[in-house]
Amino acid sequence: MAKRKAKGYSVFSLLRHALQPEKPWGAAWAKPEPRSSYDVIIIGGGGHGLATAYYLARNHGISNVAVLERGDLGSGNVGRNTTLIRSNYVIDGNTQFFEHSMKLWEGLSHELNYNCMVSHRGQIVLGVSPVQMDVFARRGNIMRLNGIDAELLDRGEVQKLLPYLDYSKEARFPIWGGIHQPRAGTVRHDAVAWGYARAASQLGVHVIENCEVTGMVMDDGKVTGVETSRGRILAGKVGIAVAGHSSHVAKMAGLKLPVESHILQAFVTEAVKPIVHHVVSWGAELFYLSQSDKGGLVFGGHIDGFNTYTQRGQLFKIRDVMECAVSLMPFMSRMRLLRHWGGIMDMTPDGAPFICRTPVRNLYLNGGWCYHGFKATPTSGFTFAHTIASDEEHELNRCYSLDRFEKGGELDDYGIGNWTYKQ
Amino acid sequence: MRLPCPHCGERDVSEFRYGGDATRVRPAHGTGDLKAWHDYTFTFENPKGPHTEYWQHVLGCRQWFKLSRNTATNEIAGVVE
Repeated sequence: MAKRKAKGYSVFSLLRHALQPEKPWGAAWAKPEPRSSYDVIIIGGGGHGLATAYYLARNHGISNVAVLERGDLGSGNVGRNTTLIRSNYVIDGNTQFFEHSMKLWEGLSHELNYNCMVSHRGQIVLGVSPVQMDVFARRGNIMRLNGIDAELLDRGEVQKLLPYLDYSKEARFPIWGGIHQPRAGTVRHDAVAWGYARAASQLGVHVIENCEVTGMVMDDGKVTGVETSRGRILAGKVGIAVAGHSSHVAKMAGLKLPVESHILQAFVTEAVKPIVHHVVSWGAELFYLSQSDKGGLVFGGHIDGFNTYTQRGQLFKIRDVMECAVSLMPFMSRMRLLRHWGGIMDMTPDGAPFICRTPVRNLYLNGGWCYHGFKATPTSGFTFAHTIASDEEHELNRCYSLDRFEKGGELDDYGIGNWTYKQ
Repeated sequence: MRLPCPHCGERDVSEFRYGGDATRVRPAHGTGDLKAWHDYTFTFENPKGPHTEYWQHVLGCRQWFKLSRNTATNEIAGVVE
């Protein structure tokens, strides 16, 4: 078993490069030509695919692995999310999974020898009615029973921490209090992709960019490789980790998934001085906001609501999210929006993901991430690597099977029902 | 995105409610085949390309209609009879 940690960056290498500017830093990960075959191919060079490859090599000693990325590394959802991490879930299966991920985040920069800028600034979800405060108390109790940090805040305590919210009598949704997870926070998302790519590459994994999978090579009902834009590549096992394109790639192997692709938009304002020191979420609508290290307010809301693969969002949803922002934080009405963008989410009927074997032999699925993909990245890779290496689910992803709807095992954390576009 | 309502003409998408894939066929009542019901309820074609779907002009004439839209580009091919 390879248990080697990534290395190479240290205060000494920093000093050496500072003193020798004529010697530039080497590339963070190798750019090899694809071999004709691998033990494992991971389709998708996003956070989840790269993390899977890293844990395959580090935890299971399988380093004859290729990660095939259609575009450039990190150009998909790993670079399009709002960078939040938290583990405030209610349902067994989700709670333990996301808390494990939180613990991996805590040591990730050290593990990868790459500064992921993990910031435990805390998340506060605001309650806007007494009933919602009861729901938060229940959620907090469940979290604490699972060893997760949670504090219930009353209105006065919230006002001390977040003095810039609308506490006036005219507020459409009066703030009754909140639930605080101090260990929640943000992570620099690009660094997660780059760090995992570099660490996996050091362990012998091939990270192959600009290599689009166009078909599956099948033999007697099992997958034996993939057709790509750079030729046929054979593999003992193939893992899918392509987020919004899960249905599209699974269809190449004849699978129809409980997944529908929807666009989720995100926004960033011009940079201002530090004002928002936490991740702030709202109980009245799906709205979440944090301030980046550059100073911009980064925020997002709900999906647009109809299935699409275009990464261009609709104006009406931009307006909805801005209304949330100004309603909760009136000072934002005078700020300018700097950029907005969209990513394609693989929405599932219960809002929970799949990390599992599939009915097709040698084919494994990691998808259906809905809103939760980024915060799950480390444990998603950790458990998917386990599932691929040992051909069985880890206890942490036991609930994330493809047949859970047949067996009554929905993980409907938000109590919404089987609607992909309402999760 | 603007959608062509068969009664009111072209209007902004924000006036409409989405109703999902219009090509799904509900299994016959009384069939005990759970697999067929599972597939109908939980799985999606989710094509990257042409898609026939329901929309309702909920802030207009409230008519339901079928529309052909390309999910890769959001190009509208038109109302499907």
